[in-house]
Amino acid sequence: MWFPRLASDRVLRARPVDGAFALTLKAKNTERIYCLNRAAEQAGLGRGMSFADARAFCPDLISPPARPDLDRAFLASLRRWATRYCPWVGYEGMDGLVLDVSGATHLWGGEPMMLADMRARASRAGLELRLGLGESRGAAWARAHYGEAQSTLTDLPVAALRIDDQMVTALQRLGLRCIGDLTVAARAPLARRFGPDLMLRLDQAMGHVSEPIMPESVAPQFATRMSLPDPIGLTEDVMGITARLLRPLCDKLKAQEMGARRLCLTLRRVDQGHQQVELRLAAPMRDPSRILPLFERGVGEVDAGFGIDQMRIEATLIEPLPAQQIGSGQSSPDQLNDLITRIGTRIGLENIQRFLPADSHIPERAFSIAPAAFSKPETGWVAPRPRPLCLFPPEPIAARGPQPPVQFRWRRMRLTTGRAIGPERIAPEWWLSDDTWRTGLRDYWQVDTREGRRLWLFYTPQNPGWFAQGEFT
Amino acid sequence: MCLFVPFMFTPMRVEFHNVFPLRRARVHEVCGAGAMGFAVLAARGPVLWIRQAWLSETLTPQGMLPLFDPGQMLLARPKDQLDALAVAEEGLKDGALPHVVLEITRPLDLREGRRLQLAAKAGGTTGLCIIPEGMGSNAAETRWHARPVFDFEQEDSTLKRWEITKNKSGTLGAWHVRWDQQTSRLDVVSPVGERPGSAGAPG
Repeated sequence: MWFPRLASDRVLRARPVDGAFALTLKAKNTERIYCLNRAAEQAGLGRGMSFADARAFCPDLISPPARPDLDRAFLASLRRWATRYCPWVGYEGMDGLVLDVSGATHLWGGEPMMLADMRARASRAGLELRLGLGESRGAAWARAHYGEAQSTLTDLPVAALRIDDQMVTALQRLGLRCIGDLTVAARAPLARRFGPDLMLRLDQAMGHVSEPIMPESVAPQFATRMSLPDPIGLTEDVMGITARLLRPLCDKLKAQEMGARRLCLTLRRVDQGHQQVELRLAAPMRDPSRILPLFERGVGEVDAGFGIDQMRIEATLIEPLPAQQIGSGQSSPDQLNDLITRIGTRIGLENIQRFLPADSHIPERAFSIAPAAFSKPETGWVAPRPRPLCLFPPEPIAARGPQPPVQFRWRRMRLTTGRAIGPERIAPEWWLSDDTWRTGLRDYWQVDTREGRRLWLFYTPQNPGWFAQGEFT
Repeated sequence: MCLFVPFMFTPMRVEFHNVFPLRRARVHEVCGAGAMGFAVLAARGPVLWIRQAWLSETLTPQGMLPLFDPGQMLLARPKDQLDALAVAEEGLKDGALPHVVLEITRPLDLREGRRLQLAAKAGGTTGLCIIPEGMGSNAAETRWHARPVFDFEQEDSTLKRWEITKNKSGTLGAWHVRWDQQTSRLDVVSPVGERPGSAGAPG
């Protein structure tokens, strides 16, 4: 299967134009024509022609820039489509596919019927397609590029052997114009003159040397799509379609023992606009009845415009989710994960956090805060000494001397020390630079004031000063 | 006529155990300096703690360790009070976590308070709003004022005064309570001034 105008057909499928059309690609600082349609070819343009020349030939040329990456992706989707004919489908260059149809043609009623079906489908899709069928991969390539599907191999020009242009010219100078001339010529002088490559290509075309087709190992696609005959706009309709899209997707996830972590629902409107609803889940999930309600908020915000006529749902991030034994006793945290997801769609999944223990004597580093969706609750909390319930950035207190002040002011309150417990000396962690610990050692005191508040004060002996840093319950 | 007098002037006291494990499926409020401690003590189980992201004070798991297992706490950091209320409503309605603590920074109006109340009823969860003084909503089931009290007798004490200042389904009262570390229990103690032999110090 050769798609001679793959790149321009891809663009023209989405936005048809009348008249000459060409894609340009900037290479070596010049714009050159990358791919063009039939009308442009008739106007005298050709591939590799510089864009300035092309404009001179054909002033009304429509010429957007080429996107080879999108062409590649388009070919990949064509490759997936071609697996409808046979399971062995590989790439052939940048614009072709190679199918090993041995043993599969009878399903289509024979080779001619299969080729006709391919042609019909390609022309319906707006793609120019040339087909070649052969006993070997080389023969099929030669027929697709230089002949008809069933033409005799020996009549084709030598260029059909997938050899470079210089070699073709050299062969033509020798009078070897078609493949048939080569097969009857003596092999040894040819090999001596042109190297082993020519002979290899010849043998591959004739089927003497096998050339296997490497079917691309396909990563399973976790995406489903639905096109609608009429545009829809009601939220409940969109949710209904989403439910129908989710079911096959979740079945696929289940078959692969995977769970979706991030889902992306793309809604295409009739005016070619796209709207995306992204759903980030707190835990991998593949239960459609649980995922569906989580989409409600996102779908509610979509502007349907003149209506939505295509919907696609894709699991953009997946994680392994092995099947669980039923009734294992402990309750599953599904409901909590759903809640985290629902809150996460509003405030961001990172903003739902939990505490994790950390190994440090510095009070503000004795724990870490991690997003709840990406961490497990941990045990093993220790507090060898009483710690305040809340910590705040150190607030200076007017006092002097290493003993806690008898009276002090804090947050505009006049407080009297009733009892002071301490000191507890904590040294800064010299291996981490921390600006708040520049003042050196700290002597922490738990100060119970007569007014009731129980504060955590510290004194910095290396840099005399008093600060309040926390409050006990 | 005379029968009215004793009823009007005898202070009716509600028993602490009738009000303290806060009534389920309702939203309560607490203010005062000891509000955070009250919230931690009231939670006693998995809790969703909603705290706006710009507030600089942090809860410390080590500090709540004697009272509460920090592994059971989920912390939500919404950017403003509107998001905080939405998260609280979602959490209350869902019921996956039996307690929701919401720290608010501006007064709630009746509509917001009522919505929280309805959400708590739907989910069967207990909500607790930590409010700045005097910013309560009329929809709250109870409103508490919690403040720590200096303990003359015991070192390392956690004596506090909890006063119920609004109660939709009962009368008001005030108690001195102390957290007992050994038994992990909240003990109600009689106030210092009412104890035999005490000096009647400010408490």
